[in-house]
Amino acid sequence: MKITQGTFSFLPDLTDEQIRAQIDYCLRNGWALNVEFTDDPHPRNTYWEMWGLPMFDLKDAAGVMLEVNACRKAYPNHYVKVNAYDSTKGRETVAISFIVNRPKKEPGFGLVRQEAPGRTIRYTIHSYATDKPEGDRY
Amino acid sequence: MNEKPTDTLDRAQTPASREDTPIDLEAAFRDANVQEVLDKLDRELVGLKPVKARIREVAALLLVDRVRKGFDLTAGTPSLHMSFTGNPGTGKTTVAVRMAEILHRLGYVRKGHLVAVTRDDLVGQYIGHTAPKTKEVLKRAMGGVLFIDEAYYLYRAENERDYGQESIEILLQVMENQRDDLVVILAGYRDRMEKFFQSNPGMASRIAHHIDFPDYSLDELIEIGGLMLARDQYRFSPDAVAVFRDYLVRRMNLPHFANARSVRNALDRCRMRQAVRLFDGVRSNMTVKDLVTVTPADILASRVFKDGTLDMDKPPPRGA
Ligand SMILES: Nc1ncnc2c1ncn2[C@@H]1O[C@H](COP(=O)(O)OP(=O)(O)OP(=O)(O)O)[C@@H](O)[C@H]1O
Ligand SMILES: [Mg+2]
Repeated sequence: MKITQGTFSFLPDLTDEQIRAQIDYCLRNGWALNVEFTDDPHPRNTYWEMWGLPMFDLKDAAGVMLEVNACRKAYPNHYVKVNAYDSTKGRETVAISFIVNRPKKEPGFGLVRQEAPGRTIRYTIHSYATDKPEGDRY
Repeated sequence: MNEKPTDTLDRAQTPASREDTPIDLEAAFRDANVQEVLDKLDRELVGLKPVKARIREVAALLLVDRVRKGFDLTAGTPSLHMSFTGNPGTGKTTVAVRMAEILHRLGYVRKGHLVAVTRDDLVGQYIGHTAPKTKEVLKRAMGGVLFIDEAYYLYRAENERDYGQESIEILLQVMENQRDDLVVILAGYRDRMEKFFQSNPGMASRIAHHIDFPDYSLDELIEIGGLMLARDQYRFSPDAVAVFRDYLVRRMNLPHFANARSVRNALDRCRMRQAVRLFDGVRSNMTVKDLVTVTPADILASRVFKDGTLDMDKPPPRGA
């Protein structure tokens, strides 16, 4: 099951050329970029690991691609995303965030039912991948 | 260029007729707006004949390469890494900025900015510090020109475990593999640069263009001075030019002479003295002319005239 998270996630995966064009768009807007990765695909997992520090003062997408590719190389079977931050309003706001790498096989999520008092049923989703320990999931 | 090289009609042509396609190099030149930058270079920089000629050559090479590409005549991206050698204040940094603009207009770098660095920006203080620093700089320079001033400080012959070597290796790799992403210009004194290349053949082999910046003649320095003043809306009084010449003759023989930069610094001090003179003098019936004129007195007050020493208590290492 293909995870849909962040901008463009309902489109087919972006090609490197398309990623570069998006990054250039971010740079033209004066946004800072960073790269993050994770192997916990739950949509509520907002704490992805940072791949290095955010990048300021870059002029060209090639600089960001250097880090994207380095992160892909180190974690070929993780999710990797690019975030851009717009600080023009005086706060660091995520302006765009999109996935640039994903595991070859994404097992998806199971539906978990929990019996609660008074015949209530609580539902939640559980990612099959997280049954395995961190680092061994994909 | 009326036929597109890829259409069927063109492919059907015999090689001979294709080779007869007329080419409007003039138009290509115009379209790239390169002449504009070359003219600006000519206008804004006094002298530097050999440098300007070399830059024209590089521009010509790139332009022709671009036109050839339009006809699928590929020869591989030409290597554009350069070395600028010359004494301090001979215009290396200034020309590098123009070079970035030319490369941008011809489409050899995507953004055309210049990132100027020295050893301290590239090399770290402890193990594991250098690679991130160098990569950081490279990332900022992507799409433009990376200008490394006094590049020979990256290599310390006396210490084989110097972290500079690590930086050089990263640079070499990027210079080879990411030619489309950035152009590297190394700058510094000629003799030290030559030694640097001798001990770093890898670097030498990646530098395609060597441009040497000669020292300026006395007349050129005076012209540069006039140009700098005019740019800041000042001018010499008629009798001040000869005095400035006299100043330069003396200054050139003192230590730490840095060509055009010394001219710039001398003029900055002249402006200071002029301001003090106006401030302390009779303030009635002053005119705009007084505000824009540098007089002999403003130059003669220099210690270069008084006791033949520099105007500073402690001269900085480079250019006073
Ligand atoms: N030919 C010239 N005409 C006019 N101004 C010049 C010329 N050459 C240099 N200058 C001016 O002199 C100053 C010093 O030039 P620049 O910084 O380019 O020299 P540099 O060779 O890079 O010196 P360094 O080796 O010390 O870094 C600048 O303000 C520049 O504008
Ligand atoms: Mg310089």
